[in-house]
Amino acid sequence: MSVGTTMSSQPVSVKMTDAPTPSMVSIAKRQRLQDIVFHRLTQSLSLLVLVALLGIIVSLFIYAWPAFHKFGIQFIWRAEWDIINEEFGAAIAIVGTLASAGIALLIAVPLAFGIALFLTETCPVWLRRPLGTAVELLAAVPSIIYGMFGLFVFAPLFADHFQVPVQKLLGSMPLIGFLFGGSTNGFGILAAGIVLAFMVLPFVAAVMRDVFEIVPPILRESAYGLGCTTWEVVRRVVLPYTQKGVIGGVMLGLGRALGETMAVTFVIGNANRMPTSLFSPGTSIASTLANEFGEAADFHLSTLFALGFLLFVITFVVLSAAKIMLLRAEKAKGL
Amino acid sequence: MKRVFLKTVAVALAALAVGNAFAADITGAGATFPFPMYAKWAEAYKKETGVGLNYQSIGSSGGIRQIRAKTVAFGATDAPLSGAELEKDGMVQFPAIIGGTVPVVNLDGFKPGELRVTGAVLAEMYLGKITKWNDAKLAALNPGKTLPDQNITIVHRADGSGTTFNWTDYLSSVSKEWADTVGKGAAVKWPAQSSVGGKGNEGVAANVTRVKGALGYVEYAYVKKNNMTFLQLQNADGKYVAPDDATFAAAAASADWFSVPGMGISMVNAKGANSWPVSTASFILMYADPADKAQSAEVLKFFDWAFKNGKTMAADLDYVPLPDALTAQIRSKVWSQIKK
Repeated sequence: MSVGTTMSSQPVSVKMTDAPTPSMVSIAKRQRLQDIVFHRLTQSLSLLVLVALLGIIVSLFIYAWPAFHKFGIQFIWRAEWDIINEEFGAAIAIVGTLASAGIALLIAVPLAFGIALFLTETCPVWLRRPLGTAVELLAAVPSIIYGMFGLFVFAPLFADHFQVPVQKLLGSMPLIGFLFGGSTNGFGILAAGIVLAFMVLPFVAAVMRDVFEIVPPILRESAYGLGCTTWEVVRRVVLPYTQKGVIGGVMLGLGRALGETMAVTFVIGNANRMPTSLFSPGTSIASTLANEFGEAADFHLSTLFALGFLLFVITFVVLSAAKIMLLRAEKAKGL
Repeated sequence: MKRVFLKTVAVALAALAVGNAFAADITGAGATFPFPMYAKWAEAYKKETGVGLNYQSIGSSGGIRQIRAKTVAFGATDAPLSGAELEKDGMVQFPAIIGGTVPVVNLDGFKPGELRVTGAVLAEMYLGKITKWNDAKLAALNPGKTLPDQNITIVHRADGSGTTFNWTDYLSSVSKEWADTVGKGAAVKWPAQSSVGGKGNEGVAANVTRVKGALGYVEYAYVKKNNMTFLQLQNADGKYVAPDDATFAAAAASADWFSVPGMGISMVNAKGANSWPVSTASFILMYADPADKAQSAEVLKFFDWAFKNGKTMAADLDYVPLPDALTAQIRSKVWSQIKK
């Protein structure tokens, strides 16, 4: 088509809006149909996720029912795991899961915050890329590698150079001494927590760095222009602006820590006893499942499904709590 | 014309089906302990006959589940089913291979087999009553040896396993307290405060080699492979023996296999001056009246071949093959019950 014809067709198109030609109607119809099909398609895809989620919950619950039926709600706080006599309770595994994940976050979040802060605020530009890539690479290391590292490298060092001296120093102190009692063989809740911390660290750090970077430079520069220190900029501008993303990153880390299986199995000690100190061996829900699923039968199998169901519930509760916290914080700011 | 064509197709399909039935692989599932042995036999058997074996080592209870669901031609289990259970399911059971479980330690300055221990003392260590290596009871069994003032870390299997069944079966047989408070099973509630679990034989071996003062139990093959420090054990005749093919075979020879239905005897604490007290057999489960008789016959052919030709292969992998007298009895007394 030449330029001349397009120009001459302009008044025609104006006229067309008054009375749509059949060809236009058909185009519009086709486009509407396309929209509807596209809408339905994406809708059904996202519903598929919901269906899968519901399916998992329902099937877990059905398989777990014999265990819940026998022990009732008490299953959650019974501290017992005796396969031969069929006495089961989830408390030992729940405590192990929450304690190891909690320790992991206590260590990982401040470290990740520091890493993200350095990378976005004070890092020289030439170092930013290699350091950032290194953090991301850490996130790509498979968890079994962390487990092997934990068992063969970390645990012996941890036993000789942390557990033994710390027990000597703090083991006999009143009030906190009991935390450092027990055997010093390198396994236990604390060891698992530390290995987990290194696993979740790159996730949390990478997310924090990404959200810190989206703070508009104009906000940051204005604050600096007013004479703020780096810490003041971070505390008053960056953090409030990125609160949602930071909490999201922490929750991502927590989710991984709660469900991590192999690395924890390697170092937590796999003992079905209620841990009495940070050094005592314990077990987590995920590691119990990994250890016992293969040889479990009948009722034992049902209790393992019940454990899986509880892990699902715990993760769900934790994530919803974070979401609610976030909503409240936003509301408070909105006022 | 059309009819003739259809007929040819039908005949061809039938021939194909028959051909398939002959070339079909044998399916089995169960215990992990004998898996390397069955895999090696299967490889050699396939070379000779063209019939392969598809064995899934999913664990003993998994094997029992699969054969009950009739998804496999045979199941394999380390812990034998009782006569009553076999009767209820209409199954027969026979041993296929023998091995042993061995106590291993991590103590500096001691050679494999240098230290001796009795079953009763071993049980007290596993009960958490003896917590130090220089305990008077251990010292009394090892005169002239200076045992270190070191805490004992008990290592056990974290996953359910036939090895644990064998081990706790033994501890139950030598200690009444163990039998009453803990019992025997594929996974038990470990009483010792210092106990930690490892996943699989390799996990236990790794934990024992890493933790100073550790005491664990593994399959014999792992002792040899990792060159681990094992303990000599006192057997039912009061003699101290080291674990090896000869002492496992002695335990198997002294066993009275047909004293219980389904041959499901326990070989722990077997009589005989040279018997290793924690020996075990791994069993095969099959239906007496199988739905697929051709498959079932193939399974018997495979084990018949393995019993005849698989002995050196077994020795290579540190398993103990069944004695000829026993395999002859299995053929005449057990296999004869399976309908062909």
